[in-house]
Amino acid sequence: MSPSFNVFRVGISFVITCIFYKSTVDSLPELSPQKYFSTLQTGKASLAYFCQADSPSTSVFLEELNKAVGPLQDYGISVAKVNCVKEEMSRYCGKEKDSMKAYLFRGNILLREFPADTLFDVNAIVAHVLFALLFNEVKYITTLEDLQNIENALKGKENIVFSYVRAIGIPEHRAVMEAAFVYGTIYQFVLTTEIALLESIGSEDIEYAHLYFFHCKLVLDLTQQCRRTLMEQPLTTLNIHLFIKIMKAPLLTEVAEDPQQVSTVHLQLGLPLVFIVSQQATYEADRRTAEWVAWRLLGKAGVLLLLRDSLEVNIPQHANVVFKRAEKGVPLEFLVLHDVESVISHVENNMHIEEILEDEDDDMEDPDMDVQDDEVAETVYRDRKRQLPLELTVELTEETFNVTVMASDSLVLFYAGWQAVSMAFLQSYIDVAIKLKGTSTMLLTRVNCADWSGVCTKQNVTEFPVVKMYKEGRNPVSYAGMLGTEDLLKFIQLNRISCPVIITSVQEAEEYLSGELYKDLISYSRVSVLGLFSPTMTTAKEDFTEAGKHLKGYVITGIYSEEDVLILSNKYAATLPALLLARHEEGKIESILLASTHVQDIVQIITNALLGTFPEITVENLPTYLRLQKPLLILFSDGSINPQYEKAILTLAKLKYLDKFTPCWLNLKNTPVGRGILQAYFDLVPPLPLLVLVNLHSGGQVFAFPSDQAITELNLVSWLKKLEAGLENPITILPGQEWKPPLPAYDFLSMMDAASQHPTRKVPECMKEIDVQESDKEQHEDKSATRKQPIEALRIKHWNRSNWFKEAEKSFRRDKELFSQGS
Amino acid sequence: MGLSAAAPLWGPPGLLLTIALHPALSVRPAKAPASPHRDYCVLGAGPAGLQMAYFLQRAGRDYAVFERAPGPGSFFTRYPRHRKLISINKRFTGKANAEFNLRHDWNSLLSHDPQLLFRHYSQAYFPDARDMVRYLGDFADRLGLHVLYNTTITYVTLDKDRQAWNGHYFILTDQTGQAYQCSVLLVATGLSVPNQVNFPGSEYVEGYESVSVDPEDFVGQNVLILGRGNSAFETAENILGVTNFIHMLSRSRVRLSWATHYVGDLRAINNGLLDTYQLKSLDGLLESDLTDLAILKDREGKFHVTLKFFLEENNTNQSADSITLPEDNHDNFALRVAYDRVIRCLGWNFDFTIFNKSLRLNSGNPFDTKYPLIRASYESKGSRGLFILGTASHSVDYRRSAGGFIHGFRYTARAVHRLLEYRHHGVAWPSTELPITQLTSSIIRRVNEASGLYQMFSVLADVVLLKENVTAFEYLEEFPMLMLPQLETLTGRKARHGLFVVNMEYGKNFSGPDKDVFFHDRSVGHTEDAWQSNFLHPVIYYYRQLPTEQEVTFRPAHWPLPRPAAIHHIVEDFLTDWTAPVGHILPLRRFLENCLDTDLRSFYAESCFLFALTRQKLPPFCQQGYLRMQGLASTESLRQHGVESRLLRDYAAMGRHLEDSSQRPGNRGPVGAPPDPGPPVQSLDSNKEEL
Repeated sequence: MSPSFNVFRVGISFVITCIFYKSTVDSLPELSPQKYFSTLQTGKASLAYFCQADSPSTSVFLEELNKAVGPLQDYGISVAKVNCVKEEMSRYCGKEKDSMKAYLFRGNILLREFPADTLFDVNAIVAHVLFALLFNEVKYITTLEDLQNIENALKGKENIVFSYVRAIGIPEHRAVMEAAFVYGTIYQFVLTTEIALLESIGSEDIEYAHLYFFHCKLVLDLTQQCRRTLMEQPLTTLNIHLFIKIMKAPLLTEVAEDPQQVSTVHLQLGLPLVFIVSQQATYEADRRTAEWVAWRLLGKAGVLLLLRDSLEVNIPQHANVVFKRAEKGVPLEFLVLHDVESVISHVENNMHIEEILEDEDDDMEDPDMDVQDDEVAETVYRDRKRQLPLELTVELTEETFNVTVMASDSLVLFYAGWQAVSMAFLQSYIDVAIKLKGTSTMLLTRVNCADWSGVCTKQNVTEFPVVKMYKEGRNPVSYAGMLGTEDLLKFIQLNRISCPVIITSVQEAEEYLSGELYKDLISYSRVSVLGLFSPTMTTAKEDFTEAGKHLKGYVITGIYSEEDVLILSNKYAATLPALLLARHEEGKIESILLASTHVQDIVQIITNALLGTFPEITVENLPTYLRLQKPLLILFSDGSINPQYEKAILTLAKLKYLDKFTPCWLNLKNTPVGRGILQAYFDLVPPLPLLVLVNLHSGGQVFAFPSDQAITELNLVSWLKKLEAGLENPITILPGQEWKPPLPAYDFLSMMDAASQHPTRKVPECMKEIDVQESDKEQHEDKSATRKQPIEALRIKHWNRSNWFKEAEKSFRRDKELFSQGS
Repeated sequence: MGLSAAAPLWGPPGLLLTIALHPALSVRPAKAPASPHRDYCVLGAGPAGLQMAYFLQRAGRDYAVFERAPGPGSFFTRYPRHRKLISINKRFTGKANAEFNLRHDWNSLLSHDPQLLFRHYSQAYFPDARDMVRYLGDFADRLGLHVLYNTTITYVTLDKDRQAWNGHYFILTDQTGQAYQCSVLLVATGLSVPNQVNFPGSEYVEGYESVSVDPEDFVGQNVLILGRGNSAFETAENILGVTNFIHMLSRSRVRLSWATHYVGDLRAINNGLLDTYQLKSLDGLLESDLTDLAILKDREGKFHVTLKFFLEENNTNQSADSITLPEDNHDNFALRVAYDRVIRCLGWNFDFTIFNKSLRLNSGNPFDTKYPLIRASYESKGSRGLFILGTASHSVDYRRSAGGFIHGFRYTARAVHRLLEYRHHGVAWPSTELPITQLTSSIIRRVNEASGLYQMFSVLADVVLLKENVTAFEYLEEFPMLMLPQLETLTGRKARHGLFVVNMEYGKNFSGPDKDVFFHDRSVGHTEDAWQSNFLHPVIYYYRQLPTEQEVTFRPAHWPLPRPAAIHHIVEDFLTDWTAPVGHILPLRRFLENCLDTDLRSFYAESCFLFALTRQKLPPFCQQGYLRMQGLASTESLRQHGVESRLLRDYAAMGRHLEDSSQRPGNRGPVGAPPDPGPPVQSLDSNKEEL
């Protein structure tokens, strides 16, 4: 333990100790019977414990009674211990020493007598005393009939607080009684200890206590039942108080001011506010909806009716609900919700998240750093026992590597058995082997660099995973595509042909462009590129050839530079040197003038030509479109896209309206993760299709095309214009924070410091005292708990990480903290 | 003879150099006829000399090795006297990794030729010294190293010359008077002078180097051995069964290598005498300072131990009988018995005699003559350009690491070579530059296989130099860690943005001659207690900038390096296999992440896709992989595990769920509400609370 940590704990304990002392300042007065009766005031309640003078001065009961002095005083009830001396016997003094009782008086009238064992602790004392005093305010019932009678009697008059506690005298009972002391005159309190009664009114999961608020005052029709609101929090004095305060607040408030400024008791009590946006035209209906929502959310959120027409601030046109969180500084959420259920689920889900966030905060205090949070590492680890058909690939060794790659065209995967990313990719690699089984001349091999480190070093492999293709002993080509089955398969297939392919006749060129020549390959390359050069353009040809080599494995390229090249250039209206792009899916052939013949430029031209005007965006191709650095205009669609929408966007693209954007669409069927994206954009996702503009590269704003408008050219243009004019509000702004370490690391340096300082550490004088107190107290606290062995002895080496060990260890750790305090 | 053999080798370059040097020479006419020049001269063709020659040869440098014997490794032709090497020849480890296997091969030199591994030369776990001679001969021959055999360098001096790389040349003179001029001198002559302690009667003492190794010569004798190192115990072991008893006398207590973790201390293979001593045989161990002793020879030719003090008292050359013996005063004096033989096994010293004083090789301290004075870079403190290699360089890590032994100095020779490559040829220290996402893997790979780190623990360490904005790093292997302050000038690499040092260490209080290394609960298994690990384990230091020389000099006691900004211990491992995903890799990643203030997790392409469209910034793994079209696709089986572990979400199932619910009549459930009310995705969105 670090010294600072110790100090911190000492500080806390000290405060606790102080509170403890303060509460015992009002100590129990000890009086003789005569003296006691002379102090009783009319109307004032007093609790007295009569005991023999020679009885032991301390007992568990007296300790508890002592603790009750303060709380009871808060309710104006005095407490005393009356010593029965022989000279002045009182009738309250019992005959035997062990049948001493406590008596409750109002003035000098005896209200109740309590056998000492009913007052088993401070909670029981307070609960019993208040229960006796509030006899009228708190009705104790045992049957459903009792309850119905009270309910019927109070309809239209008064609200009821009905509670169930498992037994009289438990802390929940005390909480109810304390609340009754405050609110007993406003509401009728009803109490039961009968679980059957509670079951009969339809409660579920009954544990220690339940509390209902019966809204009877509003009920005018006597045949109607009172609405009931269940308090969901545990029964404590504070929670009951808060709950009743919320019940007291108006069900629905109408406001016509900026929601940002509105504050109600709900907000002060940490509950969110829900504004139902209303217009004059629909006021009545809106109010009914709002009331309905308010009832459903009673105790969970405050509900207000926001009158849009008389509002000065602008709220987004489409929004019909505004959600305001209780936390300060959190922006308002403008929502479009179509029914009551979605409003309620929004509130409940957000409350839910809040709770979880709290949990996470708790975790932050004691983070479990040993829990894997790397998805690749965890999934590979969980999958470790599955047998992969590794035999479909050849494992190479120091001895076999050179022979193998020289003897046949080989693809080599360099990986390390302990490295998660390369092991994840090994699975895809094996999948490729399965797909190619028996069809490919390419030998699929692998080298485990954890075993054959030397081979990997010689092949200049310094990271994992790496895939290289070795052909006829020529310089190996590193695979630079996505680490997945499809892309690797494409790389292997396209590598079957040379790149660029040398086309020797016009007829062959036509077959090449039509896709006939490499029928089986065009599914891997949507575009075939043909470079047209006159035979004399030597440099241009060389550069194009070089570019083709660059693109080998990713796109099919060919070159034609025979004397009759003009036949082709004329046919496709291309000026030499030129590129012909055959788009097989669309059956189109475009020509591009090769103005620059730098290798990099040619590569760039071809790469750009591969991009579509309105492509379906996928996990695989998104990076190529992100490179354009333009805002994405994404149409989310559940299944294939509506041709009309496609036409609208293509038309706009043709008319250059969309040049500033990358228009694309996302098929949730092919890319289900799109749902996760929509969730991040919309709190509640409107029905699909949805058109969204995402400004990824500057600012991160996300704008949504109004879902009530049809995606037509006209609507789109006007929306884009509004966007440009800054008239649209973003539906959300993507978080811009950096990726920080997900969890802290062990601070070994401090641990080492603490260990090296420990033997020489001097405890200051004043702190020692506190330490002593504290350890006394600890022993007291710890008395009941079985002491475990000191931590060091328990720190058995764990060869296996098992759950029980973790659990056990957590409790050890707690002990360790206790121990280190005392030291 | 030696010269004639070397003539073809020396001829042409010598000539060329003479021509090249001509203008310079003509300015200084006083110069004697030019002696042949070499950029690098290596003294001694033992393991260290040959190892250095190998690196120079591979780098194509101009060098020669001078060896007085007719073949390499002449030390091993006579020593150890009982022919058994105590460096282990572990031929099997169950692993294929050649680099890893060098961790347990204490005899091989480093080379690219897998045939030149010692396991091909001997099957014995403790091999015979003759196999070492054979091995070294093959090493020199197969690799074609330039060694001048039968060339005894009798004198080494300095010749100041501003043109020279180091401001002076080293002039070596051989037994024939032939001089050689060298720019850099690499001394690998080992420790060749037997250590002798002078005391009255030391002339009666036989030395380890010449004492008989035939047990027959010791039958029925009382033997006193001076010293308590491996040679003393080796000598005792050989005659243990035939003597009456053996007494062993040394200044300090015996140091057992299993307790000190130092291979130079007494190895278990030699400790038979300890066994018989403690099992109440007649043999025994005593501690006393040898310089206080005197040995007397009585009329019968037997030896008596007495104190120098008594001799001085008498001050006459009297016979043994009349000189006071300790037992005259204390009749229970332990060494009161008469000995037939006294044998000295006190180790070896460096031969300083051939070096001119101007080289300032020794400290001048007469009590400190074992090793020449060198820096942590193995360069002499007295002369720039003079490096000490091999056993003689052990002052750097004496009694700590393996620098005095083949399995240690083969790496320090490589380090010296790398320093020289940069200093004289501008070849920067070899390094690999990698994206930051590979950092955890790079360290894990090295700590699991690197033999140099393992053998030369706490002397050579890997250094990770961070690049600007923590996007990449350079990895340098096996740098002499105490030279860290000079790293930039020694390696040609820049360390401007912080660095990690990867070292291997034993627990701080684990090693020592009196330590019980078998104590209960000695091993640590929990990652949180990793810093208390006792057995050799990786330790990673993080510095925001290079430590200064001052910080290195005044580093805390028992620390191999100055106090870092943060430190990480990878918990010791019984199998020295530090690849456990949660026990080893995860805590290391967290440490690196927190030093670099970034997220080093790996993500599947789908997660990167989600981040790319829902966040303005991407984690490094997505930036360096996915965004460059090298995303990692997941497979069906992995995705399932991901969903089970709650690290991934099943979006497809979410879609299905929504369809189901929306098809239910009358239920216009909210679209896109989370289908599963359980805890949300655990950590992909762990930044969420910061929103």
